Amino acid sequence: MWKEIRESKEFKELISQKVKFLVPVIIFSLSYYFALPLSVGYLPIMKTRAIGSINWAYLFALSQFFVAWLVAAAYSYVASRKFDPLAEKIRQQKSGGEQE
Amino acid sequence: MSYMKVLSFSMFALVVAVTLFITYWASRRTKTATEFYAAGRSISGIQNGFAIAGDYMSAASFLGIAGLIALNGYDGFLYSVGWLVAYITVLLIVAEPLRNSGKYTIADALAYRLKPKTVRTAAALSTITISVIYLLAQMVGAGSLIKLLLDIPYEFSVILIGSMMILYVSCGGMLATTWVQIIKAGLLMFGAFLLSFLVLLKFNFNVVAFFNGLAEKYGQSFLEPGLLYKNPIELVSLGLALVLGTAGMPHILMRFYTVPTAKAARTSVLWAMGLIGSFYIMTTFLGFGAAYFVGREAVIATDAGGNMAAPLLAQVLGGGAGTIGGETFLAFLCAVAFATILAVVAGLTLAASSAFAHDFYVNVLKGGKADEITQVKVAKRTVVAVGVISIILGLAAKGQNVAHLVALAFAVASSANVPVIVLSIFWKGFNTGGAVAGIGVGLISSIGLMLLSPQIMGSEAALFPLNNPGIASIPLGFLAAYVGSVLYKEKTAEERFEELFVRANTGLGAE
Repeated sequence: MWKEIRESKEFKELISQKVKFLVPVIIFSLSYYFALPLSVGYLPIMKTRAIGSINWAYLFALSQFFVAWLVAAAYSYVASRKFDPLAEKIRQQKSGGEQE
Repeated sequence: MSYMKVLSFSMFALVVAVTLFITYWASRRTKTATEFYAAGRSISGIQNGFAIAGDYMSAASFLGIAGLIALNGYDGFLYSVGWLVAYITVLLIVAEPLRNSGKYTIADALAYRLKPKTVRTAAALSTITISVIYLLAQMVGAGSLIKLLLDIPYEFSVILIGSMMILYVSCGGMLATTWVQIIKAGLLMFGAFLLSFLVLLKFNFNVVAFFNGLAEKYGQSFLEPGLLYKNPIELVSLGLALVLGTAGMPHILMRFYTVPTAKAARTSVLWAMGLIGSFYIMTTFLGFGAAYFVGREAVIATDAGGNMAAPLLAQVLGGGAGTIGGETFLAFLCAVAFATILAVVAGLTLAASSAFAHDFYVNVLKGGKADEITQVKVAKRTVVAVGVISIILGLAAKGQNVAHLVALAFAVASSANVPVIVLSIFWKGFNTGGAVAGIGVGLISSIGLMLLSPQIMGSEAALFPLNNPGIASIPLGFLAAYVGSVLYKEKTAEERFEELFVRANTGLGAE
């Protein structure tokens, strides 16, 4: 029974949608995050003042918060628009098939 | 008794009274195992978001980070960033699949496709190790904090905190723990907001003027990276442990079982991220504000580790030492810190005892055959045992560095738990051999490398060059989980993967 669902069109669609969204987003998020310690550690230019005494290193660190929030919002949007309806469809098909 | 002492004691007493009332209320609603471990899955997404924030933001982050920033400027803020970005990993990779495939603990999801008794034993071992190390950090921090605030001896503070957490968790279970965490999150956000507001008010809400003022007082280098961490690789290693470790923290993952669905789990992470992110942005104003208004020397004079930076800032902004405003604000902040500690230790105690009672006792020793009454009884007894053990360890660990213990807990979680959780959900070839090897190697390498690090052995004799082992121990954990799976052939693990994979992604059959 699990194998059947696993190989159904809807389930494959769900997984491919998730992979298409999650893989690039995870790679982007981690790269953006690790760019922070690496850049503040190795690039002296980060110490340059940007606004008054506020330097680029601080602005880059602060931007991490907003990027994380944006990624979370994007995920939530895509998950409720795309992933949830597909998962719901699979759940309904299964309970229909078993006549519970 | 001085005005200050009366005020502090009454605010502490208020925190104690409110939390005890919650515990009494919750104890009447906690009878079954699901109620005890998961609050009957009755917590809403928003409530759980607050509770996650309350479970996560420990005294180490509230007092510790403010202190790190006050003393070391920019580098302290890097902790704040890592602690929020960690939730991206939790949200995108583990929260929903775990909610869909488990009941109470991390091991539930593993036991689906692997040999249940073996993986439950291994996962219980790592969960208890992580929880106890983290619990120890909180106990040591709490003991020193209360000593500083109320001048109560360290030993008495540890026993007090330990007894309170035993009482909350054993009587009120997850429901009481959740509400203590929700209230604490509200108090902490309010306190941090008020402090930031008052700091900025002094600069007419001109953030640039605030930074200019800091640069004038301490020099531009105070706002630049490099005061605390000279080696960027150390920062990357710390970042890895922070960003991945949260996804392996048993007390956080356990919270996802308190909500009814995976969608509610998602909502709760979003709320938690909003709260945690706002709080950590405000640490800029708490830490730098303390440096500006209290002064670094005064912060160090009260506590060499800087842990009193935020409370001292409250005292100054309230009107200064000896004034009614200053003393009241200080007492309020100290009560918030106390509530913070209680909420975190309660969550950790529950995680440790669920690993022992649910995974080891009920499922390994009793083969899953135990009725509800026995399960809850064993769970409560385990809570008492965990509480007593942490009191004893807390007394023994007096004077230990809290930051090292916290870093170690994150390193162990990211090296021992994360590889196994991730591979179990996403890799067909993963099996019991991989789980045991991953957890074993992750535990040994993270703790071992920490013992060989400069901060334990001294910078001359150290056999491992970094204080944070993550950059080596996390890949080792993944590698061991991979090699273990390849060497150990297990057909059922592959067959059962189909089922776990469908369940994790669709929520079919989720409890």
